[in-house]
Amino acid sequence: MATDRSQRIRREWLAKLVWPVAALALLLAFNLLFTPGFFHLEVREGHLYGQLITILNHGAKVMLLALGMTLVIATGGVDLSVGAVMAIAGAVAAQLINAPGVPFPAVILAALAAAVVAGAWNGMLVGGFRIQPIVATLILMVAGRGIAQLITDGQIITFTDARLVYVGNGHLLGLPFPVTIVLAMLAVTALLARKTAVGLFVEAVGDNETASRYAGVSARTVKFMTYVFSGLCAGMAGLVAASNIKCADSNHAGLFLELDAILAVVVGGTALTGGRFYLVGSLVGALLIQALTTTMYARNVSADVAPVPKAIVIVAVCLLQSETFRRKIAGLVRRRPA
Amino acid sequence: MGQEAPTERVLLEMRGISKGFPGVQALDAVDFTVRRGEVHALMGENGAGKSTLIKVLTGVYRRDAGRVVLDGRPIDPRSPKVAEALGLSTVYQEVNLIPHLSVAENICLGRQPTRFGLIRWRAIARRAVEALARVDLAIDVAQPLSSCSIAIQQMVAIARALDVSARLLILDEPTSSLDATEVEELFSVVRKLRGQGMGIVFITHFLDQMYEIADRVTVLRDGRLVGEYETAGLPRVRLVSLMIGKEYVEAEAAPKAPPPKAAGKPPFLEVRGIGRKGAIAPMDLAIAEGEVLGLAGLLGSGRTEVARLLFGIDRAETGEVRVGGRPVVLHSPRRAIREGFAFTPENRKVEGIIPNLSARENIVLALQANRGAWRALPRRRQLEIADRFIRALNIKTPGPEQTVGNLSGGNQQKVLLARWLATEPRLLILDEPTRGIDVGAKAEVEKLIQALRAEGLAILFISSELEEVVRTSQRVIVLRDRAKVGELAGREVDERTIMRTIAGHEHGD
Repeated sequence: MATDRSQRIRREWLAKLVWPVAALALLLAFNLLFTPGFFHLEVREGHLYGQLITILNHGAKVMLLALGMTLVIATGGVDLSVGAVMAIAGAVAAQLINAPGVPFPAVILAALAAAVVAGAWNGMLVGGFRIQPIVATLILMVAGRGIAQLITDGQIITFTDARLVYVGNGHLLGLPFPVTIVLAMLAVTALLARKTAVGLFVEAVGDNETASRYAGVSARTVKFMTYVFSGLCAGMAGLVAASNIKCADSNHAGLFLELDAILAVVVGGTALTGGRFYLVGSLVGALLIQALTTTMYARNVSADVAPVPKAIVIVAVCLLQSETFRRKIAGLVRRRPA
Repeated sequence: MGQEAPTERVLLEMRGISKGFPGVQALDAVDFTVRRGEVHALMGENGAGKSTLIKVLTGVYRRDAGRVVLDGRPIDPRSPKVAEALGLSTVYQEVNLIPHLSVAENICLGRQPTRFGLIRWRAIARRAVEALARVDLAIDVAQPLSSCSIAIQQMVAIARALDVSARLLILDEPTSSLDATEVEELFSVVRKLRGQGMGIVFITHFLDQMYEIADRVTVLRDGRLVGEYETAGLPRVRLVSLMIGKEYVEAEAAPKAPPPKAAGKPPFLEVRGIGRKGAIAPMDLAIAEGEVLGLAGLLGSGRTEVARLLFGIDRAETGEVRVGGRPVVLHSPRRAIREGFAFTPENRKVEGIIPNLSARENIVLALQANRGAWRALPRRRQLEIADRFIRALNIKTPGPEQTVGNLSGGNQQKVLLARWLATEPRLLILDEPTRGIDVGAKAEVEKLIQALRAEGLAILFISSELEEVVRTSQRVIVLRDRAKVGELAGREVDERTIMRTIAGHEHGD
């Protein structure tokens, strides 16, 4: 009985993971065959380098966003503001690191706190005032970059502080530090979701909000907290993004990354309508998107047309996840021999 | 058919109408006749087939068998639009107009007068004013519909219906959201239309209103025709028993369980003057531990509204609540749950189950919500709880990880009961706990209720099946038209007395 149960759960999990993983594997296989040097790994000064590592490293920002976005989407919401929140966090960090006498931990905490406040604003609008998530988070998506501009006084603020530069460019145990952050956040999120009742509440609210409220779940608080958490994740991604380029660029930091994050979550098997969520699936989705981008670069596809093959692959994965589509295809295949 | 009115007066004749859905025969050879210049009420309990009959008539469904003749010509509308063109106009219970458009736009929507493909706004306004004049309404047709009261919106809906040169007007529970004066306004319009020779079909659950406005009534039950009657010659008690399908001579005089032992203690729940406008008039209610209080009344009489007030889903506007003698303000389900309340809603699918989560997750949800997010029940403990209730309530599921949406209605209901029993509640509010579940599961649920009562739970039992209320309850509160009209205890608790109270006679002999 006990094995039955765990098998059932694992099967549900695996079924959701199959398509994004298959797409990723296919893409990597394609590169193995046709892109010379794609799988080349080397160790320089004790750090790993290579296209695969680049995918992990560059995918870190979207992976971080996708973790928070997964919980938000599981409640039936969406957070469009994460890109702008990244800009805010980067701006705060860059301003404070250049200010004399601010200790480094305070810089990091202040940047994350600003992101959390932004998330709380979203959460208040969606949870407290029941404003539609798209509209509520659109406000900060638009206004957030303005806020970041205010913080940086309209300038691009550069910095050279080695510790802040390490966040996006350093290595820990051979792996790029952003990857370490992702792994740590995955562990934290998974613990939060599965070892507390947060995951149950999020899924219950996303699946049937009325019934959850009648069962005593505070849907308002649950939603509020998911947006706060999404803000926190965006803050971390913002630090990585600023650190990567050693400056805070309010106009371009995290631009359009909210769309990649939403895509990653959907590709990973979590439905936009809310309910069951799959954290690992979202990360695989983010990796798939990044692998596509990296493949384009490696194959010298011009940046202007790169979104087209990307879109095709994503549409394909989404279609494969749709049961209706699979049934239709199965029907066609079955009819033909007859 | 000898007693039929002269054929020249017959406007609509439906003969032998049958309609089946997978698993249900919704209509079985039903006859329905409406004459010119009469208000004809269509009555019956839930699932009697009233709405199916109307939907067949207005082309929403295609009939399986039968004949429909309008004004001497056989008709077979394939869609509501076709039916509308034939002169069959329907106004539904929920005003299905578009709130943000103007009154005039709502009246002409879908049939705007145009010239060269452009909308003629002035013609729209003129037609709207004319249409509203037919229902004695003179309002600014340019104002948005949402700025009008519900009663006015209802009138606008009728005006819209009349705009298509209607011959037969179907009013499907038009009064459920109106207050007394608004109903009067509506009725004066209905009388005027009747005077003009229009046939009017009136569907309602309010007996008083039916007797006030209708000339004739057709009663349906379980998809079959019970009969057609002149309202003037039909006593209320007779009508109720026709609808429910129980002659009151049949009512069994089952001995009632003795009143609960705790006579000295205050009742677990004591409510004085609790009410909310448009939901339920202020009423008193008390439930002791180890007692089942039944709530009886026809659909729309305010049964569910009482449950929603008690569980804190809707805020009561008047009255006070005491739990164990302590005053309490029930402002949310969370608050009610903290007092030991539990509630299984009538609409299990929408308000009860979390369909895509497992039986285990559904069962532990309320308990976990009460503990908070951080004191998570370990997986092992969750499985223990789920397994225990699956066995105790005999829930038929392949296992605790089965998705609840895949279970049958009766088993979903049991999962909901398990969810609440896991919280060890002191008051159980059960709204139609046996609706839509099969006979076997029904009996099991009833047995369970008795067992829980014996354990000392206070139970509020709401059901539209009087038989069930009588079997289960020690005391019964009777509701009619959103007000409490009687409270029966001990030997008074029988179907006959409940029916008489619902019908508006003094109870007792």
